[in-house]
Amino acid sequence: MSNIKIDLEMVTLIEMRNVSKDYSKGIHALINVNLRIEKGEFIFLVGASGAGKSTFIKLLLKEEDPSEGKIIVSDEDITHLSRRRIPYLRRNIGVVFQDFRLLPNKTVYENVAFAMEIIEASSKEIRRQVPMVLGMVGLSDKASQYPHQLSGGERQRVSIARAIVNNPSILIADEPTGNLDPETAWEIMKVLRQINRRGTTILMATHAKDIVDVMQQRVIALEKGRVVRDQQRGAYGYED
Amino acid sequence: MKIRTLKYMMKQGFVGLWRNKNMSLASITSVAASLVVLGLIIILVLNINNIASLTQLQFDTVQVYVQEELTEEEISLLGSNIEAIKGVETALYESKEQAMLNMKERWGEQGYLLETLEENPLPNSYVINLEGIDYADGVVSNLKNLEGVDEVKYYKEIIENLLKIAGFIRTVGLALIGILILVAMFIISNTVKLALNARRQEINIMKYVGATNWFIRWPFIVEGVILGLLGAMIALVVVRYGYGYTFDAINNKFTVVFSAYLLPLDILMGRTMMMFAVIGAGVGALGSIVSLRKHLRV
Repeated sequence: MSNIKIDLEMVTLIEMRNVSKDYSKGIHALINVNLRIEKGEFIFLVGASGAGKSTFIKLLLKEEDPSEGKIIVSDEDITHLSRRRIPYLRRNIGVVFQDFRLLPNKTVYENVAFAMEIIEASSKEIRRQVPMVLGMVGLSDKASQYPHQLSGGERQRVSIARAIVNNPSILIADEPTGNLDPETAWEIMKVLRQINRRGTTILMATHAKDIVDVMQQRVIALEKGRVVRDQQRGAYGYED
Repeated sequence: MKIRTLKYMMKQGFVGLWRNKNMSLASITSVAASLVVLGLIIILVLNINNIASLTQLQFDTVQVYVQEELTEEEISLLGSNIEAIKGVETALYESKEQAMLNMKERWGEQGYLLETLEENPLPNSYVINLEGIDYADGVVSNLKNLEGVDEVKYYKEIIENLLKIAGFIRTVGLALIGILILVAMFIISNTVKLALNARRQEINIMKYVGATNWFIRWPFIVEGVILGLLGAMIALVVVRYGYGYTFDAINNKFTVVFSAYLLPLDILMGRTMMMFAVIGAGVGALGSIVSLRKHLRV
């Protein structure tokens, strides 16, 4: 009975059907990927360097078009999205990078507000939203500081705040803990978990075996461009 | 577009301009140089055209100088011979005294200068009105064969030559301006490229957060347009004072002879200002767009 209930609540956010991506010179970055990502999931994307994680993310962000197959995000077929529509797709997807990518000459507050300014949000919305997300990532007291005054973990939290300030339905984190020591990495994971609990889907590409093993979430493993494992409550699964 | 967005675009445009002051200066100078040359050519061509049309108005006639030693009967015989030529409408006799009076009148305040002449140097003449401009060449060649004709003054050739010179200046000038404008565009596009590189990181973030392509492009176009307009302003000042100075100098030195034919400053400046603004802004915008197409994949 409870299984049926869960099925009814599932809303597919991302669907990939037979997706392949070839780069020139016959490099097959992704081969025949089929998967669904439901709203509210927390997913680890694992695999060795060159397994296709970056390509996977690039396809979702429309930095690349797939060579074959179909990609659907929020019921919209984005396989061949016109260049003019791409910005609107990206407003629905927050991105966090390993190297934070903060603007050094802007304060924490301004860095986060910047993401709202460039989609032309009203100043009223900005004044309401920015302090709220800074509170969520635990940086309310650092709002007026500059990135160089912050620790690595704090910088990553700023970049997370920036990624979620426009309320995207999915947050893509590309090795968000890659530059951080283990303790700080766990702080970041706590923040991400909390954001996930509020309903934001999270897709995190990572090499952090211990984190994946402890978190017990869905794991999609890529190997040489193929999905070799897609497992609920999975573990990292192999040594690399 | 929201006011705040507009402010943001303007601010980014100026920041970019300020960040690479040297290149900005080079861009502005090259736009200014192109437009000064353009202004010079406009002034020359407009003035020559003006002179040509004034000359045409004043001398839409053929003037026949009568030989000095002719008697009155011979003069009036010449008159009826002239009127007999096909295409001649009227032939009015103008004695040398009358001619002098007319000239004094034309020269107005400076007319007293003519009184210092010991002897009247002007010839007796017939002023001939033609039935149509088509008859001009035929009438002129007939006149030359008449007894008692000293010289046939016909201004069509002068007008044609003036217009030819104006045309030549225009053609050469336009080619020169074309080259100068290309150079200006090239320099502006390089300046914008520097601004682009300085903001690479910001642009990268903007793309991921979902800024529209035009939102990303506009500040650079604003920067290019500002560069172009600043150049246009400098060129306008140079041309304004340059021409004003020259105009005054000619008026003072040559009195009536030239100044009546030169266009006054305000007439010229009205047209030039619009043209400079449009070209300056256009060159700036195009320079940026070239750079954006080449160096910004949004």
